[in-house]
This record gives sequence, C-alpha cells and structure tokens, in this order.
Amino acid sequence: MANIRTMSFDAVIVGGGGSGMRAALQLAQSGYKTAVITKVFPTRSHTVSAQGGITCAIASDDPNDQWQWHMYDTIKGSDYIGDQEAIEYMCQTGPEAIFELEHMGLPFSRTEEGRIYQRPFGGQSKDFGNGGQAARTCAAADRTGHALLHTLYQGNLKNETTFLNEWFAVDIVKNADNAVVGVVAINIETGETVYVKTKATVFATGGAGRIYASTTNAHICTGDGIGMALRAGFPVQDIEMWQFHPTGIHGAGTLVTEGCRGEGGYLVNKDGERFMERYAPNAKDLAGRDVVARSMVLEILEGRGCGPDGDHVYLKLDHLGEETLNAKLPGILELSRTFAHADPVKEPIPVVPTCHYMMGGIPTNVNGQALTIDSEGNDQVIEGFYACGEAACVSVHGANRLGGNSLLDLVVFGRASGMFIEQQLREGVDLKDASEADIEAAMAGLNRLNDSTGGENAAVLRAELQTIMQNYFGVFRRGDFMQEGIAKLAALRPRIENVALGDKSNAFNTSRIEALELQNLFEVAEATAITAEARTESRGAHARDDFKERDDENWLCHSVFFPDDKRVGKRGVNFTLKTREAFEPKIRTY
Amino acid sequence: MVTTVTSLGRSGLSDWLIQRVSAVVMTAYLIFIVGYLIATPDLTYTQWAALNSTLPMRMFSLLTILSIAAHAWIGMWCVLTDYITVRLIGPKATILRIIFQLGMMAVTLLYVVWAIDILWGI
Amino acid sequence: MLNVSIYRYNPEVDQEPYMQDFQIDTQGKDIMVLDVLEKLKVEDPTLVFRRSCREGVCGSDGMNISGKNGLACVTPLSEAVKKNKLVIRPLPGLPVIRDLVIDMSQFYAQYEKIQPYMINNTPAPAIERLQSPEERAKLDGLYECILCACCSTACPSFWWNPDKFIGPSGLLQAYRFLADSRDTATEERLANLDDPFSVFRCHGIMNCVQVCPKGLNPTKAIGHIRNMLVRSAT
Repeated sequence: MANIRTMSFDAVIVGGGGSGMRAALQLAQSGYKTAVITKVFPTRSHTVSAQGGITCAIASDDPNDQWQWHMYDTIKGSDYIGDQEAIEYMCQTGPEAIFELEHMGLPFSRTEEGRIYQRPFGGQSKDFGNGGQAARTCAAADRTGHALLHTLYQGNLKNETTFLNEWFAVDIVKNADNAVVGVVAINIETGETVYVKTKATVFATGGAGRIYASTTNAHICTGDGIGMALRAGFPVQDIEMWQFHPTGIHGAGTLVTEGCRGEGGYLVNKDGERFMERYAPNAKDLAGRDVVARSMVLEILEGRGCGPDGDHVYLKLDHLGEETLNAKLPGILELSRTFAHADPVKEPIPVVPTCHYMMGGIPTNVNGQALTIDSEGNDQVIEGFYACGEAACVSVHGANRLGGNSLLDLVVFGRASGMFIEQQLREGVDLKDASEADIEAAMAGLNRLNDSTGGENAAVLRAELQTIMQNYFGVFRRGDFMQEGIAKLAALRPRIENVALGDKSNAFNTSRIEALELQNLFEVAEATAITAEARTESRGAHARDDFKERDDENWLCHSVFFPDDKRVGKRGVNFTLKTREAFEPKIRTY
Repeated sequence: MVTTVTSLGRSGLSDWLIQRVSAVVMTAYLIFIVGYLIATPDLTYTQWAALNSTLPMRMFSLLTILSIAAHAWIGMWCVLTDYITVRLIGPKATILRIIFQLGMMAVTLLYVVWAIDILWGI
Repeated sequence: MLNVSIYRYNPEVDQEPYMQDFQIDTQGKDIMVLDVLEKLKVEDPTLVFRRSCREGVCGSDGMNISGKNGLACVTPLSEAVKKNKLVIRPLPGLPVIRDLVIDMSQFYAQYEKIQPYMINNTPAPAIERLQSPEERAKLDGLYECILCACCSTACPSFWWNPDKFIGPSGLLQAYRFLADSRDTATEERLANLDDPFSVFRCHGIMNCVQVCPKGLNPTKAIGHIRNMLVRSAT
C-alpha cells in the first residue's frame, strides 16, 4: 500500500475550527468512529479570533423578532447571489443550533431577563428592511468566537472524538470513480505520512486570508482545503468574493469587531466628520461591510484620511464611556492598546479595510455535499466529499457576508453535514477502495517537495504573492490591472512549484508545512484572480472601476472556476424558498 | 482524583485544614510565650516551673507539640513527594521516599514522646 | 543590531540542546517578539516555533521570553529586551519536541481531568437556560483562558508533579464550571478534587498570576475552590 500506514475512520473531518468541531460533535454523538485532522491544537483555530457575535433571530432583544427578517437581510446583504434555500435553512435552523450551544455551556452575555444578550450589527433590519435597525447578534462580550470554539472542543472531549492534533492534510485521495476516499496527512510531530481512509471526508479547513498582505486572518488561514480541492480537479465557486473588513487596526491588521459600531462607535475622517452619514444615510456606520469598506477607501483616496500619510480613518469609541467599554468590548481595549498604542477610552483607533473573509469556496448543497458541475451545467454530487464553514460555498453569503453570519454558518452547516453523514453511514456507503496508484497520486506533490533541490525561499515567495494580490485584487478592481496581476501570478507559479525546502528533517518541520501551505495559497490566489477578472460587473465585495454597475442580466449567478482548464463558468442562484415566495433582486441601499 | 495512602489525613482538604489549624495554634503559643517573657522581666526558675506545671499550660504546650508534629509531617510529606518522585529520579524513588518518610515519622514521634516526658516530668 | 539568543534542539541532529546567537536589525522599531522569530525563520528555515493568530487569543506561541513566560505575539521588544539582548527559551517544565515547541500532553491531560464541559442532566428548555447578568459575571476572568500554558509551566508545583497537580490553568477551568449557575455537578466535581495533589499542591506563590497574558488570576480561583471544598465538607 504505497509504503505508508493506513488509518481508517467512518468519517474524517479536516480542520478543527468551529465548523469542523460542530460536524465532529454530531458524528461522535451518533457513535461513529470520527477523527478530526487539525494542523493546530483545536482551540488555536481561527474561529477563536471571532469577536462580535453570532447573528440569529432568537427573539431576545426584540420578542417579536422573526427569522424571516434575518433571512431577508442576509439575501440583500449577499447582493442577491446567496442561495435562498440555504439562507432560509440557516436562518430557520439557527435558533435551535444556538440554544444547543448554550446548553453545552457557551458563556453568552446576558440581558436582565436572563436571556442571551444581542447587539446590533451591520445590515440588520426589522420587518424586511422597513422597521429600522435590529439587534440580532448574540454575543459573549467581544470574545464570542473564543467562547464558541472552546465550548465545541469541550463538547467533543465529552463525546470522545478522536483528535489528530498537529496533523496536516496534504492532498485528497480519489478512487477509480473519482470519489473521495480520504486524505494523505502528515503527523507534524514525527513527520510520518499516513493515508487516512474514510467513507466521508469533510473539509472544514477555513479561509485563506493570507493570500493578501494585509489581513485580519491568522497565519494558519492558508486555504488548504481549497488548494487540495483544486489540485484534485474539483471546482470552486464565487472565489472572487473577498470581504474586506472595514476595521482592521492600521499597520497590524488585527480585527476590531463591527460590534464596536453596533454598540455606538462610529468612523470619522481627518476633519472629524462622521462620513458614513453621506454614504449610507439610514444605516450609517452599520451599512453592509462592503459599503463601509469602499466608503473608507474613497475617503482616503480623496485626501481625507487620517495620520501623517493620510492612509487610514479613525474609529471613535471614547464617547461610550469606560464602563460600557469594559463591559461590552474588553478584548478590543486590550487589542487596541497592544497593537495600535491607542487607548479607546481616551482616543480613537486607527483603522483601515483589511482582508477578512472568503465568501467563495467549495460549492455544496445544504447537506454539506460537495458539488461539481457537469458538461450540461447540472450539479453533480462528489461522492464521499463534504465541506462546511468558510471553506464551503453553500452559499449563504453570496457576494458579501453580513457580520455575525459566519459563526452561524459554521454551526448550522457543520451540524447539517454531521447529521447528513450520519444518515448516509446508517444507510451504508459503498465506495471503491483506493488503489496504490491512487494513493501515490495524492503523494506526488509532497514527494516532489521532499525531493526538491534548489528553488527559492517560501517566505520570500509568499510575500511576493501577497503583494500581487493586495495591489491588483483589493477593495477596488480594474480589468487591465487584474490582467497584469494574472500575468504576474502565472510567472510566479513555476517558482512556487519549485519552492525550496530548506529543512528536510522529520521532527516538527514547520518549513515543510509552510511550503505546502504556500502552494495552497497560490491555488486560491490564482482562482481568485482569474474569476475576478472574468466577472465584469460590480456586486457586493467585488467592486470594479471599469464595470461600476451590477449586471443582473449576465451575472446574477455564481461564478465557478474549473482548475483543469482554468475556465470560469456560471451556475444558477437558487431562488426557491420553502416557506414563502423568493426575494427578487432590488437595488441595494442602506 | 489522585489517590495517596501516605499522606497524613488522606484527603487534601483535611491535610490543608490541619496545616492551617496547627499554624494558628503554633502562632498563638508563640505570642503567649513571647508576651509572658516580656511581661515577666525578672523571670526565675521557680516562676517558669510553676507556669509549666499547671494543667492548662501543659495542655497548651502539648497541643502545640502535636501541631508541630502534624505540620511537619504534612510539610515534609509535600517536600518528599515533590522531589523524590519516580518522574525525577526513576523507579527507586518510591522505596527511597518511603525510607525517608519512615525516618521522618520516627523522628517526629520520638520528639512528641520526649516532649510529653519533659512536660509531665516537671 | 539586537542580539537574540534562542534555545535550539533538533532530536534528529543534536545530542543535547544549546543556545544559538542571532543578530537582527529591527530598525529601532518596537516590534513583537513573534515578528523577530518570523524574520529569523526566513534566514534559518530550521528554526521551529508554534504561532497562529498573532493577536494573543489562540495561545500557540507561549514561550519563555527573557526569563518570563508569555506570548511572543503580544510581547513587544520594549518589555523583553534587557541590555540589547533577547533570550528565548521554550516554556519550562515540559518535554521539548524541537526548539521552542514543547510537548503539551501532560498539560492537556490535566485540563481533561477536570471534566471541562457543562454537566446538566435536567431536561433542557426549548430556549436557552436563563442566567442573570450577575450569575454570568461570575464567569468573567475564568472563561477567557486560552490554554497557552504560560501559567502552569511557571508553577514549581506543576514542574514537580505535572501528572498529579492539575495546575493553575486546569484549576481556573475547574472553577469556571463550579461557578456556572447552569452546571449541576458541583458535588461530583468537588469530590474529584479533594486529594492532596489536584488542588492542594498550590502553595499560593502566584507565579501564574504574574505571567498570565490575559490578566487572569488562577490563584484566586484556586482559593474559591478551597472555600467550596471547606463548605461542602463542613
């Protein structure tokens, strides 16, 4: 067997963040032999950095709140390319999923009535946009992601999930039918390579914000799942849609939650003007993230930026008072003092739009089954392959994600994937075993890296990649620039494929992991670049100077990037709701 | 829950309480003796013997001696289980620690008996 | 040029660990210790350390920085450099896997021992279990722990008995569940802690409090556990 050890599980989840651990929990509770492969100890996953909260209509702040209003906000926020069926499922199932987390012990902040505290976030409304600002984001102070991730890890400990901690999945193993039958993975501590065999492979590998030079994402957000899927020949969807969070700390990139504006903070330019009043007269600082980020960049470009270089704006919080800040935003005070050398109690925080979230990913249905598109344009399920969380594109975020929806996405669809796989396993899954050649194929990239001689330093190549993405595929995009960027990426590919491995030892070799991560980053970056250039319109987070308008006639659809021939195809958006008639596209204003 | 058979009270809480209570007794005794010495500048042997031959004083002294013994027992047991462990010096640690512990117990008991002998021999 | 001295050990190459000296030009900027390590790794790809969020919430990069345990990503050079020298070692008291990476199994095992999850077998309501803001406030200063192990590896009691003494981090989490109004296993949890090692090896020297990068106070939590044990036994 290709000379490596085989480990077998009923289900294998790649990624120990929120969605992976929620899926694992579901499967472990059902008694199936479940393993989580995670390249960092689970509580070090990037979900831990989520701050503001998890949006869900649990009717705590407003007893009359309805999940349908949340659904409307999410569809509008997605600029109408979110799949309405999936959004309906998420918003309707959400409360149940939240209450489960609370019962597991998640330490939510509380209201005087003893219910879960909810705060206002951007893009939230009551009564389908007619009832003013809603407060729908359930919060554990400003450490909701941390509280959620630890609670999920604790739940998995209770249910005795097998964790392969500090293991790195290298590539997908496909059988003769092109179905997924596991992954090849490295035990980082020992350097051993193992074929992890399973009937259900779930990719919960998170995002890839590290393709950009300036990002709120952790070092580990390198799009490993996307890279593996692309190398295996599977398509990705809406990968050009990257969210730039309005408030990353200038210079450091560290996230400052939208909850700051939810609690009453606002942005000012160098003249002290609350400029969002001009761009979004109703929602102001709580407009969609894409809208706020673009407004900030325009202020900076038009010379009203703050600081000696005029390259950022200020987030003002001091008017909220020390007591409120300590109670509601303690983590932000800590981050700002550490990374911005600014005490928000007294002075504003310098902020700038910073790459934050990948709306695109592996296309899936609401059960987490990964999809590909056949030559007739029909969806085809990839047997044995599932995805959830940021790595998946189910698609609930469309062209722009609303704040607080990512945590809900990962909980709801991690859970849904787990439940569906449990049902599949019960009914019996029949997949052909991988042949020796199939496993060898998945080992090819790793073998090439291990055998490399010469080549360039991974860190240098990574910096080059990040600069290209930052310069050519940022908040505002333009066709000719993007073509230039694509050419630069094409020139970079052979250099990255030939990356040097300066350390060939086995024990905890992080250089090997970083070289593999770099190759994953590159796959994501290239898919992003080619798809962004192809989408000739402005929609949600994808804003083009040369195509300023939304083009519903041609682009009210998902983009699908096929890696084999680097082709960009289209896939219809789902407009069928189970509980009411669909929401038709409208002009999006806040 | 870590099981131990060689600690004094067998439970962490009782060991901890014994240490606290014995510390209070020792402190009280120390304060009393120092206070007595200060209040009695021209102390003679007769006065000292008279003080120590009353029953309440004998009981107080005995209580203090027992407190010292218990306090030392627990404290020494802690020190031994910190440093003479299988983790630090290998499998021979257990035997070595039991020998030390028996020695410590013997010395403690000897002192207690000796002290009683002195107190009631005045 | 800043002088940096780093603990090196690769089990495949080195007979024993050694300190390696580096020089780095920080251009006078007050960058974080993690930034220094990242720069050095570009020069020497064999240098190994853990890192992830780079903002002090994931707990990956706990290490001993100029003699004090802390997170490299939130420790600026101005706090760590003495006489133009920065000394970086792995967290003390646990086995070293390679360079600055330690084997944290014993630390995690102690965490798992305290049953770090909510136990409440009463039927769950259709909505959340209610909890007043005052009850919830008792969890502040407890649930924020990031499991970085800076505290436990600064504790001599944990150094001597990492297999028996739960350590400050695990005890902080033990109290997090004891203090939660929604948890019903208080008696069971306390019974599991009442031995001479689990809690009572804490002698209150407060190294944990001094090093905690999140400003938490395990010693205080341990005091609360002791009080609960006393109350439940008397």
